[in-house]
This record gives sequence, structure tokens and C-alpha cells, in this order.
Amino acid sequence: MDAISITVNGKAHAVEISPDTPLLWVLRDTLGLTGTKFGCGMALCGACTVHVDGEATRSCTTRISAVAGRSITTIEGLSPDGRHPAQLAWIEEQVPQCGYCQVGMIMTTAALLAKNSAPTDAEINDALSGHICRCGTYQRIRAAVHQAASKHAPAIAAPKKAATGGTR
Amino acid sequence: MNSATRNLMQVTRRDFLKAGAAGSASLLIGFYLPAHGAEATGETFAPNAFIEIRPNGDIHLVVARSEMGQGPRTSLAMILAEELDADWSRVKVEQGDLDSKYGDQTTGGSLSIRSSWDPLRQAGATARAMLATAAANTWNVPASECTTRNSAVLHAKTKRQLAYGQLAAKAAALPVPKDVPPKNPKDYHIVGTKKKRVDGQYIVIGEAHYGIDTKVPGMLYAAVARPPVFGGRVKKFDATRAQAVPGVRKVVEVSAVEMPPLFGEERKENSGHQHYLWGGVAVVADSTWQAIAGRRALTVDWDAGAGADENTEKQRATCAELVKGHGKELRKIGDPEAAFAGAAKKVEAEYELPFLAHTTMEPPNCTASVRDGKCEVWAPVQNPGGLGAALVSALGLPASAITIHVTLLGGGFGRRLNIDYGVEAALISRAVGAPVKVQWTREDDVRHDYYRPMSHHRLRAGLDAQDNVAAWLHHVAAPTTDGMYVGGDVADTGGTELAGVGLPNGTVPNYLLEQSFLHTAVPRGYWRSVDVSWNHFAVQSFIDEVAAATKKDPLELRRQLIATKQPPAGEGGDEKPVNLDRLRRVLDLVAEKSGWGKPLPAGRGRGVAALYSWGTYISQVAEVTVAKDGSVHVDRVVVAIDCGQVINPDMVAAQMEGGIVFGL
Repeated sequence: MDAISITVNGKAHAVEISPDTPLLWVLRDTLGLTGTKFGCGMALCGACTVHVDGEATRSCTTRISAVAGRSITTIEGLSPDGRHPAQLAWIEEQVPQCGYCQVGMIMTTAALLAKNSAPTDAEINDALSGHICRCGTYQRIRAAVHQAASKHAPAIAAPKKAATGGTR
Repeated sequence: MNSATRNLMQVTRRDFLKAGAAGSASLLIGFYLPAHGAEATGETFAPNAFIEIRPNGDIHLVVARSEMGQGPRTSLAMILAEELDADWSRVKVEQGDLDSKYGDQTTGGSLSIRSSWDPLRQAGATARAMLATAAANTWNVPASECTTRNSAVLHAKTKRQLAYGQLAAKAAALPVPKDVPPKNPKDYHIVGTKKKRVDGQYIVIGEAHYGIDTKVPGMLYAAVARPPVFGGRVKKFDATRAQAVPGVRKVVEVSAVEMPPLFGEERKENSGHQHYLWGGVAVVADSTWQAIAGRRALTVDWDAGAGADENTEKQRATCAELVKGHGKELRKIGDPEAAFAGAAKKVEAEYELPFLAHTTMEPPNCTASVRDGKCEVWAPVQNPGGLGAALVSALGLPASAITIHVTLLGGGFGRRLNIDYGVEAALISRAVGAPVKVQWTREDDVRHDYYRPMSHHRLRAGLDAQDNVAAWLHHVAAPTTDGMYVGGDVADTGGTELAGVGLPNGTVPNYLLEQSFLHTAVPRGYWRSVDVSWNHFAVQSFIDEVAAATKKDPLELRRQLIATKQPPAGEGGDEKPVNLDRLRRVLDLVAEKSGWGKPLPAGRGRGVAALYSWGTYISQVAEVTVAKDGSVHVDRVVVAIDCGQVINPDMVAAQMEGGIVFGL
């Protein structure tokens, strides 16, 4: 089995694994980055969302072979200090209940804000409609996205370089 | 969860009584406080199972209920911190393992705050009194002159103060006082305020630790093939192809085991209960994905179970037939059949609701290590006590050999009162002799849940010449949930008016509630709101039918129904009469805040419900638009709630917001 090279949170890894293994399980079981969650395994709930070259991507249906040589960012690498605008807004709005889906929500939000610094309700709905929160935190999520876009906007304009990966 | 909730309450009462009989500190705090005074561990002050104050001023509070988004890790800690007069910014919350020193640890039936309130207040107040005494002794002043604030004891006369951390060692040497009065609620500065969730920051950086995130040394990963029919069993299996999948270590059969009731209830021999782990075939591998891939390569021959001949249409037809006759009489007031027969006007309707899965965002999983006569599990469960009892039964180990760590739960909604996945993980670990994390896929979860029961409701109302409700008859056909665990046909109407009294049960002169039982192999469990969501869907909908038939305003009709008389005590877990004044007040409040009666644009309308559920009074008004194409959009929901003492208002709001989305 050949090693597959991926970069996760700025750190290069060579992973010896079956090429059909979903990125999700490589992150969680092989690299120990458990912030990315398993929800459905079919790209239907959004809990497993990471960035692949900056694009919000469902890691549960992305084969590891498809991201060879590419740069992946997980929640552990989203910001060096846990203070990405979305993370700050999520706390201020007290969005999470059980919290299980929220990492995926935050990763999609971060990708959205990187392209669109002032999304409308409709644009937020569009970006996050593929995400499910069983606790029903949707209205706080929308409020938090708006807040991240406005109140914490400067930080979005100049994102800090992600720190190296690994669980704290 | 009628008998279930009763049992939860009984467990709590039993523990109180045990503590009283043992003659420890006091009836209320007895089982929380060691009988022989404080435990001095170095310089740390740990006067009971819930509180530990360290010399550096850190306050460690233990929460022994399960966190699944409803907030006990924050709100129960707030109760302790309030009575302790702790500096909230120095509070660290820890999750309690399963341990009898915490009392009942089941998280369900909206009981966490209600049943923890008195014991936690007492635990906090007792610790605060000991710290004050320690300071008073240091200064040689009467303790009555000392006050506490923000993790410090103050002596106003001499303007002296000592921080709790400085007092920890001295307080630890004091005897535990009895019957310390808790604070006057007017002095609260933590309880009743908006505090942020203690887990929030961990959640947003991906470091909150759910069951699925458990990793222990030498751990293997498993996926299980379970029977395709409820109650089915493994006949034989061929693991050849599965064994060939890279990373697969072992393929083992999980034998079927009989499971004890969930909440320590008594169960008679041959009761006809259906609580089993049906077993299956586990593929154990080096990673989750390899285990799932290995399972796909398995060939299993199944013995079809008791449910092989069942299907949804048959079940629906059976229920529709059952409600035509008579069922088990749950409550009868007056002569409902005669009153209905002689009514000036009659209204009738039937409602059907399906089986529903819980679908927690974190699919079921559990990590277990069963070796050398010991069992350790890391479990996202609402019911660690039930899991402990089931492990004793399934493994044949004494309770003392079993350690249960409760992780965060990625949603619960009642699914994790069932502990099947924990027993399964332990059996697999024992079979392979290594720690194993069993991971369910979403498909596993939906196929092998303990579902909210399906139900069919037939409602009839008889109106007198003045359009007053003279008779109300409600016949439910549904499978028993409680009876699945304890045996027999048991009605599931516990948390609602239906068990006892309220709207309209007890408020109309002639009333009949009866249940017929659908016998099915489909496993049933406790879904969010338990029976309220299905029983009250029918009741509240039918009140509207009566309103329409009598051209009455639906909100006004509800006011009239609850204006009649105060009903007697109920029969549900709460054992108190429903307080119609509190119900009326939430109805009045929702009418005011929603602008009930004010004109709305064409295509837009309002609907109202008002009910009692698990100790809470609630009324909601929904504004709904029906578009020209017939599609329905909920524009706004206004909630009025009276849940008694509010610990954290933001958490109550979050529960309402989430509950509405769950209901939609």
C-alpha cells in the first residue's frame, strides 16, 4: 500500500491506508483529529465538514486518494487560539446545545465568510442548508454568522496562518 | 414514561430513605455527605461528592447528570456555586462517573434540575457554612458575623476577609453540620442569570469530548451486523470475506442477552417483556472504516424474528380497528358514553402518528474494556445506572467491578436512556480480549432505535345545546413502551394531563380515556417529550375541531375548558394536581405577546396549544402561512412557559427554540 501525502493544518502527513478510506476516518482514527465529526457518512448532515484548499468539503464522502497533495484545514487548525470570528460569535450568541454539529457549521461559515464578508439571510441559508442540527439551534446559527461578519470582520480580512495540527 | 418516571422518583426517594436509616447527616444531604465528616485530602476541601475547593482557589464541581445540550453541566453547577457563594469564574465542572454517592444519575423526564435542586442547594450551603466557620475560628469571631461572597468569607466589623482557597485545609478538618438552611432566593446572583455554557469554548474549537472521541490504549474498532427484522437472531455466518479485508482482526458473534428493566424496576417472571439485546456479528478491526468495510463483506443467515410478518399497513389497520371498540379504561368521569349519545351536537376525529427514531447527531457508540474480571466503559448515555445494571446481568460481574465514565452526548432526546449499545460493546470487548469502540452508522441507528411508538387516536366530543363540552372520549391505540421493559400492557401517559388531570381531562363533566394495545416487535423508547408529543398532537388538534364546530375562538375555548374547576391530584410521575391557574397564565401571556385576534394578511393564520408537560406549563402560538401552491411555512412561534424556578434563562430559551424545531 503506497503512502498518500496530505497536508493537514499546515503539517505534512504520509498516510499508509486503503485509498478508498474517507478523509473523515483518516482525520479521526489515523491522525487523532477528533474535532471533525461523523454524523451520517453520506454527506447529508454536514457534521464532517473540513476545508480542502479552502473549500468547505464533506470529509465523510471524500476519499483520501482524492485529496492527495492537497491542503486540508480542520477545526483544530481553523485558528491558532480558538478565536476565529465564527468561533467568537458562536460563543457570544450561545449557539451550541449538544454542540456535536457545530464544528461542521463553523467550518462552512468560515469558508462562506472568506468569500462573502457580509452574507444575507438567503446566502447564509444557502451555504448552511446542507447542515443538520438536531437540537434545533438554527436561528442562533444565523445570528452568529451575521455577528461574525459584522462585529468581527477585520479578523476575517486578515486570517492568521493556521497553526500546526494535533489535538490539544 | 409514566412508570419509568415514577421509578426515577422512587429511586430518589429510596436513596433518601436509605440515607435516613443510616443515620447520616440529614435526610436530604445524607447520601451526598459522608457520614464521618469531611474528607481531608491534603489541603483540599471536599465536604461532599460534588464540591472540591483547592488551595489555589479553584473550585471543582461535579455534575452527575448527562449533558446532551439541555445544559445540566452549567445549570447544576450554577445551583452549587450559588449556595456556595463561589466565584463563578473559578468554577471548573467535571462529569461524575457512575457512583452511588451521587444519588440517581438518570437524565430524563425533565427531572435533572427538579430532582437535584434540593440536594445540591443543601450540598452548597453546607460547604459554605463550613468555610464560614473555618474563617470565624481563625479570627475568633462568631460565625454568625461572617458573610460569604465571591469565594471569600468576610468579617464586616473588622474588614477582614479570607479566600476559600486559604480556608480549604481548615474547613476540611471540621465536622459536617446538619440542616444548614439554603439561601433566600432574593439573594441569588448566579441562579436566574444568563451564564454561558461551560462547554461552549471546547465545542467551538473541536475539543469537546463525546463518546465517539474516546481513544484508549490498544483500542480496536467494531461495526456490528444486527438482525434485519426486530427480534431476529443469527443463524450462521461466513466471515471469510470479512476476514480478508485489510485491518480486520476478528469476527465474533454477539450472543442475544436478556436485559433488565431500564430504571431498576421490579419485573415478574414470565411477564412477557421484550427487552433483549438481539445480538449480531461484530467485525473488529484497526479502524472504524475497516470495521465498516469488513461488515459489508460479511455473509449472515438470520432467523427472522417475531416481527417478520409485520408491516406498517397492517399495524395501521390493526390500530384503526382497535379504536372502534373499547380498550383498557385509564380514566372515567361521569357517564361519557351516555352523555355523548345524548349530545345536541357531536364532533369526531381520528389522528395517526408514526413510529419515530431519535436520530441523535452523534450516532450510538460505546468504548468498553472488559479484561481480568473488570469492565470499564466510556459511554454517551443518559442512564449510566441502567447500563451498570445491564452490564452486571450480561457479564456476570459484580457492580464493584464495573466502572462507567459518562462522556458528553451528541444529542440524547431519550435514545440514550436505552443502553443496548453499551452492553454490546462490553460483550465484544470481552470476546476479543481488548478495548473496543463499537461505532454505529446512521443506518444502524435508524434501523435499531427504540422508537417513539406509533399511535392512533379516536376522539369524540358531545356538545350540549349551548355548545358546552358535555362529553369527551379519547381512545388511543398504541403499543406499550413501559410494558416492553417491565412486561404487560402498560399505558404510556405519564407526564401529561392524560395520566392525571388537566386539559380537558378532569375539566369536563363526562370524560373517558382508554387505550388499546398494538402488539408489535418494534422496540419502543422514550422520545423527546415522551408521550406528550403524540398524545397532545391529538388532544390539541381536537380542541380546534371542537372550536371550529362551535364557531368558537380556539384560544377562548381553551380558556373556557380550564375555567371549569380545579381537578384532583394526578397519577403521573409528578403526583401533584395540575395547577390550572398556572396553565391559564401562560395562555393569557401567549395571547398577549402573540397579538392573538389581531388581523393577519391573507393566507396567514394562527394556531394555539396549551398544556402541562413534565412539571412545566406551556402555551405556544404559531403563525403560519399557506402559500397558493399549498405549501406551509411557519413564520413565527410565540412561547409562554412557566417551568418554575429558572436557573439559567438563556438555557430555557434555547430549549424552547430547539424544542420547536424538533417538533417541526
